[in-house]
Amino acid sequence: MTELWDAFLQAIQLIVSLDKEVVEIALRSLAISTTAVILASLVCIPIGGLIHFRNFRGKRPLINIIQTFYSVPTVCVGLFVFLFISRAGPLGGLGLLFTPAAVVMGQMVLITPVLMGLTISALSGVDKAIKDSALSSGATEFQAISTIIKEARFAVVAAFIMGFGRAISEVGAAMMLGGNIRGYTRVLTTAISLETQKGELVLALALGIILIALALIVNIIVNLALQRY
Amino acid sequence: MPILRTIQLGYSCDSKILLRNVTLDVEKGEVFALIGPTGAGKTTLLRLLNLLDMPTSGRIYFDEQDAAKSTRLRLEMRRRMGMVFQKPAVFNSRVYENIAYPLKVRSCSRKEIQTRVEEMLEITDLKGYEKRKAQTLSGGEAQRVALARAIIAQPELVLLDEPTANLDPVSVSKIEEVLTRIIHEQKTTVIMATHDMSQGQRMADRIGVLMNGELLQIGSPNDIFCAPRNREVAEFVGVENILSGTVVDKEAALATINIEGGVIEAISEFTVGDEIYAIIRPEDITFRLTKDTSSARNVFEGKITRITTVGPLVRIELDCGFSLLGVVTRKSADELNLSLGQRIYASFKATAVHTVKSWS
Repeated sequence: MTELWDAFLQAIQLIVSLDKEVVEIALRSLAISTTAVILASLVCIPIGGLIHFRNFRGKRPLINIIQTFYSVPTVCVGLFVFLFISRAGPLGGLGLLFTPAAVVMGQMVLITPVLMGLTISALSGVDKAIKDSALSSGATEFQAISTIIKEARFAVVAAFIMGFGRAISEVGAAMMLGGNIRGYTRVLTTAISLETQKGELVLALALGIILIALALIVNIIVNLALQRY
Repeated sequence: MPILRTIQLGYSCDSKILLRNVTLDVEKGEVFALIGPTGAGKTTLLRLLNLLDMPTSGRIYFDEQDAAKSTRLRLEMRRRMGMVFQKPAVFNSRVYENIAYPLKVRSCSRKEIQTRVEEMLEITDLKGYEKRKAQTLSGGEAQRVALARAIIAQPELVLLDEPTANLDPVSVSKIEEVLTRIIHEQKTTVIMATHDMSQGQRMADRIGVLMNGELLQIGSPNDIFCAPRNREVAEFVGVENILSGTVVDKEAALATINIEGGVIEAISEFTVGDEIYAIIRPEDITFRLTKDTSSARNVFEGKITRITTVGPLVRIELDCGFSLLGVVTRKSADELNLSLGQRIYASFKATAVHTVKSWS
């Protein structure tokens, strides 16, 4: 168990000394996952709103399917996107494989169900009278949806944080689509995986601690921003 | 052409019919009250009129245009209306933003919004509340915010769904005051649902009685109260003495009516042989202990079967061959020293009897 203590000390040392490679990996992780969660949110939150807002046949089954995909394995998502962007795939010509963009794509696909599903749940908690009041006040459908999202902002932000957490902590898609290329696509999780295989357990654990610290910081920033509303 | 016209409007949900064949014209500047018991379909009808739900059958015309034409047209029409819901729903923001919302979705300028919101705060007596979180308001205050929000965009038609239900008397009179003001100053057309008969009488030009999803009668408050179309309407509007009978004699305007258990006299337009209902308001019945001579054409002796105190009034039920209900003040009841089983005289004038044709 001394490894844990050593890892903690080493993590602090790495952070304090601003180890160039570690800082670079951590920032890349942050950049990739933040981009993925923001892009996915821009698509998923409005679509989640629309699914909540409209009544159509098969709405319930659709929500069930979305919720089922919360637990899709990251490697399956990696494989799925791989099929699209590998040389022989339909998007092969774009040369995206083993680039940070590919990792962003993988993480977007991975967190889409979580973001969409949790948005739908969040909006279901809003009183139906709010929707009626918005429409009755002359809001368009889009305006009404954004009003409802604003009403459920705390729960929607929770969905955002959940999506970010799932994105920054996944390793399967990052490994398969990014390839863990040093200085290019290496992120915290793939580095942890590599260091573990090399037997550098303390370094791997230290990187894990840094990852948790990053998630904590993002959480705090988002919550502070929310409280100002 | 009326500002709002519905033709054979029907609505059903989960194979339950909530509204059927509602045909209604509401003129510009009119105050129309929809009255009916809970569950009659008042809310359903108002939601259809506000174009929030689609009718399952029938048509709605707003300002001569068919609302079913397009979603875009429905939005445009909705923007010319305002609605206050029974349960006040406020957005989770400050009072200011709540009231400003309709103007914001119409992309009005910030300056215009500010002027209009301040005006609304003034009218609805909410000055000083603009920075308060709307969700911390009391029911009456929240309802005033909802009202301000419904009228800020100067709608041509305001729909009110029991706007004063569950509110204290002070809040009720404040809301009514605001409504009266906009009705007079802006000539706004108002359709309000209420189960409060007296509110309907106080505010409306015309009343529609909605029961079990059907519009049973439309008329002036006086029409509805004096000539209810059938027993259900009569009972709902609070007519308690309904006696069925036949006109057996007619001398000028004075008709003699044979009712079950007695004969009464009434001023009536009906002729001998007509089957009618005689309606007598409880307030028009006077009680006395002895049979004095009086100008009243109808004097009956009867036995008190029930005495109930309602606020400052006492309701007395008398069995005089037929059943009669009268109301006296508590003071009069004390002076007459009334008790159950006592025999007293009830009288009412021939002019106090409203006769309506027997309904099928």
